[in-house]
Amino acid sequence: MARIDLKSLAHSYFPDPKTDEDYALRRMEHVWEDGGAYALLGPSGCGKTTLLNIISGLLTPSHGQVLFDGKDVTNLAPEERNIAQVFQFPVIYDTMTVYDNLAFPLRNRGVDEKRVDARVREIAGMLDLTGKLKQKARGLGADEKQTISLGRGLVRDDVSAILFDEPLTVIDPHLKWVLRRKLKEIHNKLRPTMVYVTHDQVEALTFADKVVVMYGGKVVQLGTPQELFENPAHTFVGYFIGSPGMNIMDCKIDDGAAWVDGQRIGLSDRHLDAISKQSGKIELGIRPEFLTLETGNTDKGADGIEVNITKVEDLGQFKIATTRFGASEIKVKLGEDEQVIGQSGILRFAPEWTKLYADSQLVA
Amino acid sequence: MNKITNNKAWFLVLPVFFIVAISAIIPLMTVVNYSVQDIFDPQTRFFVGTEWFEQVLGDSRLHDALIRQIIYTLSVLFIEIPLGIAVALTLPRKGWGVSASMVLLALPLLIPWNVVGTIWQIFGRADIGLGGYLINLMGIDYNYAQNPMDAWLTVLVMDVWHWTSLIVLLCYAGLRSIPDAYYQAAKIDGASRWAVFRFIQLPKMQSVLVIGVLLRFMDSFMIYTEPFVLTGGGPGNATTFLSQFLTRMAVGQFDLGPAAAFSLVYFLIILLVCWVFYTVVMNAGKQGEQ
Repeated sequence: MARIDLKSLAHSYFPDPKTDEDYALRRMEHVWEDGGAYALLGPSGCGKTTLLNIISGLLTPSHGQVLFDGKDVTNLAPEERNIAQVFQFPVIYDTMTVYDNLAFPLRNRGVDEKRVDARVREIAGMLDLTGKLKQKARGLGADEKQTISLGRGLVRDDVSAILFDEPLTVIDPHLKWVLRRKLKEIHNKLRPTMVYVTHDQVEALTFADKVVVMYGGKVVQLGTPQELFENPAHTFVGYFIGSPGMNIMDCKIDDGAAWVDGQRIGLSDRHLDAISKQSGKIELGIRPEFLTLETGNTDKGADGIEVNITKVEDLGQFKIATTRFGASEIKVKLGEDEQVIGQSGILRFAPEWTKLYADSQLVA
Repeated sequence: MNKITNNKAWFLVLPVFFIVAISAIIPLMTVVNYSVQDIFDPQTRFFVGTEWFEQVLGDSRLHDALIRQIIYTLSVLFIEIPLGIAVALTLPRKGWGVSASMVLLALPLLIPWNVVGTIWQIFGRADIGLGGYLINLMGIDYNYAQNPMDAWLTVLVMDVWHWTSLIVLLCYAGLRSIPDAYYQAAKIDGASRWAVFRFIQLPKMQSVLVIGVLLRFMDSFMIYTEPFVLTGGGPGNATTFLSQFLTRMAVGQFDLGPAAAFSLVYFLIILLVCWVFYTVVMNAGKQGEQ
């Protein structure tokens, strides 16, 4: 198990990168703690697999260093780094039995057969593969093959880190849930450093202690699930995390308040202080959870905005109302028992949860 | 929806049936016809039962040709398959080298078979052929027209030159279909080069190799044109394989009955070997799955 340091790390697939656009990974500095469970979350093409492959050593970064426990491993091959990696699609050795598949990483390192047997049986037990150990891997379904791949990743107990590259993509939803819990369990028990790449926020938020949100080759925020939810550092984080994502609106600051489509939204002094030092495109963001919608009441008071209600979706445990004023469409999350009456209502913003962004970066 | 239950669909099979009938079944039945009768002219023919079959199966010249054929075909397979795999493994995976090596490898396959024979006939001559001249220059007394062993080896080398490319191309296609993740996973699992070959590359090449082995078995077992041009089956009978033997019997001596009987036996040998090989390989793969 090891701490992972990324020191001024950057990577470009071009030999001579000039602009930021040429970089698959923009320059970053991070320390990932020993025994942590990290999720790399982001849309396709944001560089998360590139980062993972740099950590595993399949790719040598064009700039910067990777340290494991302070030791520079930037130029070491994967087998010298002592890591395990599970890939997106099942990689199994067709001609071997399930047992031999699981034993393969150990036997290649000359671990003695007794120990191999003990480890293989332990991992097979955890992943419910015990009954299948004697079968050829070739005849198994995609689910089981991927489970074997996971098992091969977990079978060595001396690895610096275990890396997962969207490992549950091909698994059906129920088993996905089971395996995710297993991984979490294994992590709690053995505390290996785990890095888990995914584009599924639910997966990231349930698996990881710390989530690394990536966008356009950059790490836009590294934080606990709660931090990502309450304090998105970038509009992308707000939009990507949460269901539905954060409402983000273009706004102007004037007269001690924010103005969106001619409507006034009250701000605190904290907001005003911070934003006065900023230039660039200003946006206002608020999560659907922190908005209130009043219907059957026409008194908008000092801080209310009149809105049209275009749609109400009942999702069982909560409702999502889609409201409109001017060109802005805003989603509001309502409790299951809140009633929506009529086509219009009053929308109220909670100032403490209203966020301001300048050029997509959080200001206050 | 109601399923329509008439047999009209069978009419759609008719065109294929006609084509197969004319191209394969009728000629084959003609051969069967010849193999059980002694035919002098359309009016004069006698049913002879299994006499022709007994005659050819007991023919010691045919036994010799069969043994020569088996040794030759096995040699072809044992050289071309491993060599083809080895070459495929060393080919570049990207860049201009890919197209260059593909073109070079495809060249021998594009040359007509009798031209291949002619090329080697000239190439192997000690007086005007580069190959034959160089071998003699090294002090080896090489003459494929007089020495049976030299002739046999020349035919073998010619076949290797002509057909190894096929195996290379098939294996290369198989290798290219392996996703990078397999190699990456093997690296992370600490697999040796040999283990990568044994557990990733070879299993992924299995299906193309089966095709490759079958094609090379059938083709080399039926080889006719190249030795016909190169050595004419000689010296003596050293390069008289089954096809030469058959042609000599049918066209040279006009023994149509025995030739027909032998054709059927020949056909059945190839069919049987292919079937057994295919079944064994496919079952070996499935073993232990359930």
